Amino acid sequence: MSNNEVWVYVEQNAGKIADVSLELLGKGSELAAKLGVKTGAVIIGDKVQDLAKTLFEYGAEKVYVAEDTEFKNFRSLPYADTVVKMIQEYKPQIVLYGATTTGRDLAPRIASELRVGLTADCTDLQIGDYTKKGKDGEKNYKNILYQIRPAFGGNIIATIVSPDHRPQMATVREGVMKAREPKKGAKGEVITFAPSVDKKHLVSQILKRIQEEKSVDLKAASIIVSGGMGVGSKDSFKLIHELAHVLGGEVGGSRAAVDAGFIGHDHQVGQTGTTVRPKLYIAVGISGQIQHMAGMSESSRIIAINNDPNAPIFQIAHYGIVGDLNEVIPMMIETYKSLKK
Amino acid sequence: MGYNMIVLVKQVPDTHNVTGDAMKEDGTVNRAALPAIFNPEDLNALEEALKIKETHGGKITVLTMGPPNAAQVLRDSLFRGADDVVLISDRLFAGADTLATSYVLAKAIEKIGEFDIVLCGRQAIDGDTAQVGPQTAEKLKVNQISCVDKIIELSGKSITAERSIEGGYEQIKSPLPILLTITNEANTPRPPSAKKMLAYKHAMTLQEKENYDDEYLNSYEIDDSHVVIKLWGHEDINADKEQCGLAGSPTKVKQIESVILGAAEVKHIEPTKDGLTGLVSELMSEHIIG
Repeated sequence: MSNNEVWVYVEQNAGKIADVSLELLGKGSELAAKLGVKTGAVIIGDKVQDLAKTLFEYGAEKVYVAEDTEFKNFRSLPYADTVVKMIQEYKPQIVLYGATTTGRDLAPRIASELRVGLTADCTDLQIGDYTKKGKDGEKNYKNILYQIRPAFGGNIIATIVSPDHRPQMATVREGVMKAREPKKGAKGEVITFAPSVDKKHLVSQILKRIQEEKSVDLKAASIIVSGGMGVGSKDSFKLIHELAHVLGGEVGGSRAAVDAGFIGHDHQVGQTGTTVRPKLYIAVGISGQIQHMAGMSESSRIIAINNDPNAPIFQIAHYGIVGDLNEVIPMMIETYKSLKK
Repeated sequence: MGYNMIVLVKQVPDTHNVTGDAMKEDGTVNRAALPAIFNPEDLNALEEALKIKETHGGKITVLTMGPPNAAQVLRDSLFRGADDVVLISDRLFAGADTLATSYVLAKAIEKIGEFDIVLCGRQAIDGDTAQVGPQTAEKLKVNQISCVDKIIELSGKSITAERSIEGGYEQIKSPLPILLTITNEANTPRPPSAKKMLAYKHAMTLQEKENYDDEYLNSYEIDDSHVVIKLWGHEDINADKEQCGLAGSPTKVKQIESVILGAAEVKHIEPTKDGLTGLVSELMSEHIIG
């Protein structure tokens, strides 16, 4: 029987729920309200039922729990198999996943087995109508999930739909959606799903797992100083660190700067990194690929420093400084220090 | 013993140089408008296969699905040490999303037959979805390890690999066969070998050879021995037409918009002491910086 719900796959690691899952519950309950259906959270693990309380507070109305000692750690095959069975049993119309290393491993496997569509790294999700023009004329669809993402290096924004397949599935990066304020004491229904764990899905053995808290929390930073390819080298990137340090901010980087090894992955801002909304974002030597701007354009104030006056970043900046960063940044640090006195 | 390896590669538009007219009206990519390159992480996947072959022996078959000129990445694969290369190309494959792509790749792999390890890049730079690897693994009904930074041990019918996760890594041991998606952290791809470049300079598909005129073929002494790039269409891999290309793709592009930028009026600040003093004091008075 189809319940038509909007589901969020909830990622947990040793009993800690991933931020992105809570953020998605916020978006998921918005979509569910528009569709007039319930919001479901799906959680898999070993002894995770107690987490349902938190999921209700963040917007879930139903929590589907699959517990087994074999589910202690994420493994592709048994997790994918269990979610597939749950989807087949309850038939939600939408399933959302965090675009984490887990979500990006799991969701495609599920989509392939169910033969449904999956859109990666969406920056927005909406409900709307769709008209398909085919050989046999037009076909209209009501209340379809619009899966919106920058595409193709980012110079365009594409709206993707999967009109003929259910569930409609999408992944979203951490920070893109905003979690709602938790409603203390919110209640809902817990549905336990007793999976039959097939031995053939247990072939992966996890020998070791090392995970540290992120070295930087960009989402919580009120000031971010980010560098791009224009900074030129890891050595020159020291200037970015220096400015961030003086202003009491965090250091970010464009994807190009991360790929070039100027700064670590945790610092990447953009569609494929972290989406940030600080009070102040200073973009240094960042030309402004859309995939970067998708992740920082909602900052309250944006300062762009670039020696190319035509760099696209200036189009979304509140303040533009055309100049050599090697001169501008030291001058800015000095100015700040003297005004601070 | 050696390992039978299949490497999946993709020719991609160089998205670092995208211009406005790079999209067609139907939302698909106008590849002709951009330089085409070997997807960077697929080179890491090929390198990983070459390393395995050097240590354990075996055979490397490189597969790509794409238009006829995607043969270029297969020539490049031969220059770097691939043993066998196959171009999977058919008009029916056009407009494929990740699901339809993985279906065709899996059918081609089934045609090749037995394999121990399938390797591909974690993601392609044109879409960044990272979906085709896991989807192909599912179609083949084999295990997967995605985001592999390092192969720790390969012996007999078992592999241990390190996969990167948020803020760390995990080591996973699995029996073969398996599909691995390889990241750019795994290795530095070797350059093409000069000797192999000479040997395979005129490697081509039968279709490419037929398109050259006799004068060209004669002047370079090109004959059938140069047709080393296999070309497979939907019938060769026994693919169901309904599952290929646009027809087999659940996702449709509803709409494409060029991004319109320009939130606020940009205020130009002179890169001088006076200019910066004005800016910094404005931000301080608004308590944006402390």
